Amino acid sequence: MTIASERVATPAAERPFTPEWLGQVFSKGLLHVAVIGITLVWIVPTLGLLVSSFRPLDQFSSSGWWTALSPPFKFTLDNYTGVLDASNLGQSFFNSFMITIPATVIPVTIAAFAAYAFSWMKFWGRDMFFLALVGLLAVPLQATFVPILTTFVNLGLTPENVGFVGLWLVHTGYGLPFAIYLLANFFRALPTDLFESAEIDGAGTLTVFFRIVLPLSVPAIASLIIFQFLWIWNDYLVALVYVGGTPEVAPLTVTLANLVGSKGQDYQLLTAAAFFSMIVPLIVFFSLQRYFVRGILAGSVKG
Amino acid sequence: MASVTYDHVVKRYTADLTVVKDFNVEIKDKEFMVLVGPSGCGKSTALRMLAGLESISEGQIRIGERVVNDVAAKDRDIAMVFQSYALYPHMSVYDNMAFPLQMQHMKKPDIDKRVKNASRILGLDNFLQRKPRALSGGQRQRVALGRAIVRNPKVFLLDEPLSNLDAKLRGQTRIELQKLHRDLETTFIYVTHDQVEAMTMGDRIAIMNAGILQQVGTPGDIYDHPANLFVAGFIGSPTMNFVPATAQNGSAKAAGFEVKLPKSLPAGKKGTLGFRPEAVTDRVTDEGNALQMKVDVVERLGSDQFLYGQVGGDSVTARVDPRMKVDPGDTVKLGLDTRSLHFFDSETELALL
Amino acid sequence: MDFSQLLADVPTLVAVIVGVPAVLAAYIVGGEYVVRLLPDKLRPSVRPWIWVGPALAFVGFFLVYPVFGTAYRSLFDLSGNSFVGLSNYVTQLSGFPSGGSWIAIRNNVFWLVFFTVLVLAFGLLFAVLTDRVSYESPIKSLIFMPMAISFVAIALIWKFMYSYQPPGEPQTGTVNALLGIFHQDPRLWVQDPNVANQALIVAAVWGFVGFAMVILSAALKGIPGDLLEAARVDGAGELTIFRRVIFPLMMPTIVVVGTTLVIFALKAFDVVYVMTNGNYDTDVLANRMYKLLTASQDFGDASAVAIILVAAVIPVLIFNLRQFRAVEARR
Repeated sequence: MTIASERVATPAAERPFTPEWLGQVFSKGLLHVAVIGITLVWIVPTLGLLVSSFRPLDQFSSSGWWTALSPPFKFTLDNYTGVLDASNLGQSFFNSFMITIPATVIPVTIAAFAAYAFSWMKFWGRDMFFLALVGLLAVPLQATFVPILTTFVNLGLTPENVGFVGLWLVHTGYGLPFAIYLLANFFRALPTDLFESAEIDGAGTLTVFFRIVLPLSVPAIASLIIFQFLWIWNDYLVALVYVGGTPEVAPLTVTLANLVGSKGQDYQLLTAAAFFSMIVPLIVFFSLQRYFVRGILAGSVKG
Repeated sequence: MASVTYDHVVKRYTADLTVVKDFNVEIKDKEFMVLVGPSGCGKSTALRMLAGLESISEGQIRIGERVVNDVAAKDRDIAMVFQSYALYPHMSVYDNMAFPLQMQHMKKPDIDKRVKNASRILGLDNFLQRKPRALSGGQRQRVALGRAIVRNPKVFLLDEPLSNLDAKLRGQTRIELQKLHRDLETTFIYVTHDQVEAMTMGDRIAIMNAGILQQVGTPGDIYDHPANLFVAGFIGSPTMNFVPATAQNGSAKAAGFEVKLPKSLPAGKKGTLGFRPEAVTDRVTDEGNALQMKVDVVERLGSDQFLYGQVGGDSVTARVDPRMKVDPGDTVKLGLDTRSLHFFDSETELALL
Repeated sequence: MDFSQLLADVPTLVAVIVGVPAVLAAYIVGGEYVVRLLPDKLRPSVRPWIWVGPALAFVGFFLVYPVFGTAYRSLFDLSGNSFVGLSNYVTQLSGFPSGGSWIAIRNNVFWLVFFTVLVLAFGLLFAVLTDRVSYESPIKSLIFMPMAISFVAIALIWKFMYSYQPPGEPQTGTVNALLGIFHQDPRLWVQDPNVANQALIVAAVWGFVGFAMVILSAALKGIPGDLLEAARVDGAGELTIFRRVIFPLMMPTIVVVGTTLVIFALKAFDVVYVMTNGNYDTDVLANRMYKLLTASQDFGDASAVAIILVAAVIPVLIFNLRQFRAVEARR
């Protein structure tokens, strides 16, 4: 950030009202107009949803949301209470947590073990397995549904029998390639000297992992947890396929999509429901943005 | 406290990549031994084999009487200071020093006593609760030393421990390390590529090149009697002058001059005549050993004055009195001190004088 | 809402959050204990498998095996009882240009080109512009924000943006209201086959530009300031600097982001499913596969469509692996 601001500081011409000075002021002004304009365009869709979700029904269908930004102000919570009464959003909110937390904890833990082996142990086929993981990052999940569903039914791992367990396992399998990739890249970058020093100091594999690698990798693990959490929370397809839309088990995304079908005409309820589903991701995003961005960068900029 | 013996040690990575070849050294108890050589010469590998970080392909390494080839690093009773210091960034200075003792399941009060003792020796008392990143380079270096000291090892291994310090601090730390060696009365094995460190600190120096041990000896011995062309060129700054020459009855003839040799060599023997810059001075004691030098560059250092120039087409460096007035382009007459002449065989590169 | 029932599930959640890591930690500690019972020589060759074992098992069972299983399943009929050879593929790939999966394939190509190009172009533009203002951080987080919310929510937000009232009535959708300012008639954006695809892609682009911007902006900041100053001293204008210095240096990152976007475009599902469910000529392969899987219960054809999708991803996958190996070689 500091590098950026230094680079921007082109020396402004000393004397005002010369053609160069005017040109600089004009292009600088144009830059600010463009940046702020783009930002406005980008927040209008979300802002529209947010404002609409607090508007009374009679105004909602007769005027645009922007009219609510000028007096007289008329806002209400009716849409929120309405949609919470008329649907199972509350249950879904809870389901989303039930699905997301284990489906984050399990793959992150397993990935940490595997990433440690991939980066600091030698074993047969290590590089080949790692290459395969990188390849699996791109596999369309659609190509896995039929055999897994069939196996789950045969094993009795259906939502009726075991609740979310099947979904946790599936999310673990789907999330592992990225999780291992991200953590292994981080673990590998730790200095070799630390491991050798620990070896001479007499630390065993477990001590090195729990007392050196894990504490040093807190930023990477935090990134991964946030990434995986948001990915599962926002997942729609996998939840739909493996637990379906029954109210007892549907997460927020599935319930929201069902509402589009069943309450397609009650837009004011939908806006409230949509915003309700966004609350947790937005809190996570704005409070831990730094780690989220770091995870995205680590996951995509290779080398 | 123990001696260390390298007995025909070989390190081979693949059939045609051997980085240490038939390495034989005996390091005495309480000795400060410096392994020195250019980067990639195998000195670090030799040290890491002793530490247990690399396997030994052939031969034996003994600490005292014990063969350690198959002993795990932690059981060799050694401590190592790394070039990067390898401090655990998330632990305080205290915990960094306590870590190796915790691994030995030592009791807390004993750990505390040892850490406090080491930090007193190193002047780290006021920094024990800090994290490594809040320390200066010199302080980090001392924490790395402290982590080695607390273990009370038989042998201290130091792998280029000064190369991350600035020049001034390096000079101070050199002196501190020698003092530490004296106080601890332990064997030190010190790896460096810097010949100044080797010359100033080592009781003895072992010089390596391309995986092969070149010469072992005291600093003075190696400076005055280099065993071969490589050692002669590696030790000393500015480097020794090398001039192609041919031996003739009692003297050596180069392109631009002829000097008497202290010892007679077979006539017609071709080789390289070597003499240090300080052997070429502005005091001409004997017309027979005088050189005519065309000066290209003059370097005045205050205490010294170096002249870089040509003698009969060969490049020669001379160290003359700083008060002598010389300008580039001048031709000056210089005397060569024949007592410190070296002559190296053109084929074997071994010293013949 | 039945709160008592929710509360009844809380112990399960706590048990899982505490229990699962405990079990996994016990596994790894126990594994190490077992390894220590082995002779010294064997330990280094056994230990890694204990550490990677669970991961390989999960990935093998949930990703590797099913892809082959799907390929196999695609050779059978809808119930899976009789072998039909390649006839599912024939069904899906016949009737060009509008039969079988062709509409979906056409739309995926459409997505691939427009989604990728638009996201990259906007991402690059925003990265460069925001780099030059002092209030960069808050601006970037606002543009990045859609990445944090689900595509279901994004679809809903844009359904709302596109909403339509007959001409003459007050428009409640932002897009049609803007048209009204320019005295244009409102359009049925999502239901008109001529523009529906574009409308869906715009929604997805809105969601993804932040992603491209964040990565490209990091790459932009990675370019040493000295280099740009040297170019300025050499007399290059800002546009020339961008074209001749900045852009070529960012090319590797643009390629990496581009491949991620291509893969996303090929797998596009949520936005289509929620906004049109593939109606109005907007179907894509992922959505078609899902419809065949659930509505038609035709596992054979669904598997064939999934394999077509895999085949489309394979070139990108190979490209990715090559990039990865090149980077590894430089390590």
